[in-house]
Amino acid sequence: MPMTMAEKILAAHCGRDEVRAGELISCRLDFVMSNDVTAPLAIQEFRRLGVERVFDAQRVAFIPSHFIPNKDIQSAENAKLMREFALEQGTVYYEQGRAGVDHVLLPDDGWVLPGDAVVGADSHTCTYGALGCFATGMGSTDVACAMATGDIWMRVPASIKFVYKGRPGRWVGGKDIILHTIGDIGVDGALYCAMEFHGEALGEIGMEGRFTISNMAIEAGGKAGLMVPDDVTLDYVRPRAKREWTVYQPDPDALYQEVREYDVSALEPMVALPSSPANAVPLSKAPPVEIDQVFIGSCTNGRLADLRLAAEVIDGRKVHPRVRCIVIPASHDVYLQALREGLLETFAEAGCAVSTTTCGPCLGGYMGILAEGERCVSTSNRNFPGRMGHARSEVYLANPAVAAASAVAGRLAGPEEVTR
Amino acid sequence: MSLRGHVHRYGANVDTDAIIPARYLNINDAQELAEHCMEDIDAEFVARVQPGDIIVADTNFGCGSSREHAPLCIKAAGVSCIIAKSFARIFYRNSINIGLPILECDEAVEGTESGDELEVELESGTIRNLTRGRMFQAKPYPDFMLELMGAGGLVEYTKRRLAGRSG
Repeated sequence: MPMTMAEKILAAHCGRDEVRAGELISCRLDFVMSNDVTAPLAIQEFRRLGVERVFDAQRVAFIPSHFIPNKDIQSAENAKLMREFALEQGTVYYEQGRAGVDHVLLPDDGWVLPGDAVVGADSHTCTYGALGCFATGMGSTDVACAMATGDIWMRVPASIKFVYKGRPGRWVGGKDIILHTIGDIGVDGALYCAMEFHGEALGEIGMEGRFTISNMAIEAGGKAGLMVPDDVTLDYVRPRAKREWTVYQPDPDALYQEVREYDVSALEPMVALPSSPANAVPLSKAPPVEIDQVFIGSCTNGRLADLRLAAEVIDGRKVHPRVRCIVIPASHDVYLQALREGLLETFAEAGCAVSTTTCGPCLGGYMGILAEGERCVSTSNRNFPGRMGHARSEVYLANPAVAAASAVAGRLAGPEEVTR
Repeated sequence: MSLRGHVHRYGANVDTDAIIPARYLNINDAQELAEHCMEDIDAEFVARVQPGDIIVADTNFGCGSSREHAPLCIKAAGVSCIIAKSFARIFYRNSINIGLPILECDEAVEGTESGDELEVELESGTIRNLTRGRMFQAKPYPDFMLELMGAGGLVEYTKRRLAGRSG
């Protein structure tokens, strides 16, 4: 029987020739991750299991990312608990100053690879699907048990195939493609499903734009967001991989719940208006609202290509006097490379606040919290009420070029308008 | 097991930021988290909720982040059960894993208002609206889920599996 990408990978991880959507399986795992928000509960549940050691220390990672550098005493206690457990078990661990936003760091350092089955105690674990692996977010208890046993129960998801045709325009990238898709299918449009992304447009946007697309699969309710590895993927993976990997491809006649096609040639930069990622509209249809803050960063758009794009727009210009523009490279390596390329200087010259790596404001943790009534244009992934601060603050999701242009204009604006 | 309580009714896409905002995510104690349950969308919820009460919501309840703090704080607030048309999948797993019963039933959601008194039989999935004299049938749990819940949640279930492996 022909299989989808998800079915192929999951069959290989439960010792079967084939699996079908809807089946319950026990899935062998190649990698399990957790971060400073979800690890304390996971470690507590791991202890309750009465197990001495994690199943394989080189396949378990703890990444300080959300409230780092520790924002208060309670966060410091959580980070300490996680660090001590990681050191005791000898797992993969990065200390602050080398760490980064988990979903940028783990692929960049070659811990998660094509063909893997990965679970993480963070909903954006689906990011890794861009590599051609099956990666999905779970809660702390699931991840605690996964760390102990190296497997997890899973229902094989049905798959929806998304085909992106055409060549995206100058200021259009992965963020716009996925916001357009979520706007089309809704925040539960792919509930319980694997999203399988295809099409020539993916060949145009590089690995970083692909991560952005898979990253937001969860924003449509998706269980995973998979892509088929190509030369771009393997050129990215080869110098980084910590171990062997496997390339899987879906069968041409695999059974999909649905197939959706988009032509991205005419796609504009997209903006998700408050307060749902599905409230996506083309920038030209978005109201030119005055803004108070811009955030450029996160596991969605805090990679080097994102910073280059934002710097290109903001170079030689100034952040609007009324606006604070917060730029946070999503990992220490991204930070260092951005420093070497002069991007951080460009941002600082323009009047941006440039920070060490953290998830920080994306989830309303710290480093850029909104007051009542304030508006932020953000390159992150969610804009639910109160996501970035006060319950009556507003977040507009956009790509890094739109975010940078808005910082200069002091209102929601496009890069063409600012760089003209 | 029979549950009985009054309904707190919500709409579609209640997200985990609404259930427990990230500013409280450095708290690990369920009771302490419960003091802030739903506060950004329903500031009176914590004062109003009584032990045994039931949350009834539209589609995609619990969407957004993987934070287990969300079902933990709902359970610690005294809620005995959540009934929705559908749940976000991570929230669904988390709730089953920690022993917070959740049921999917379109008709019960349509036929229920805030303040109604419900009686829920978990094994059969029968939902009675005592206020309106109506009865609904939730989607049955898959057998595996019943086994997991019967074991007392995922940790107890996994303990048994591990004991089986070494024995």
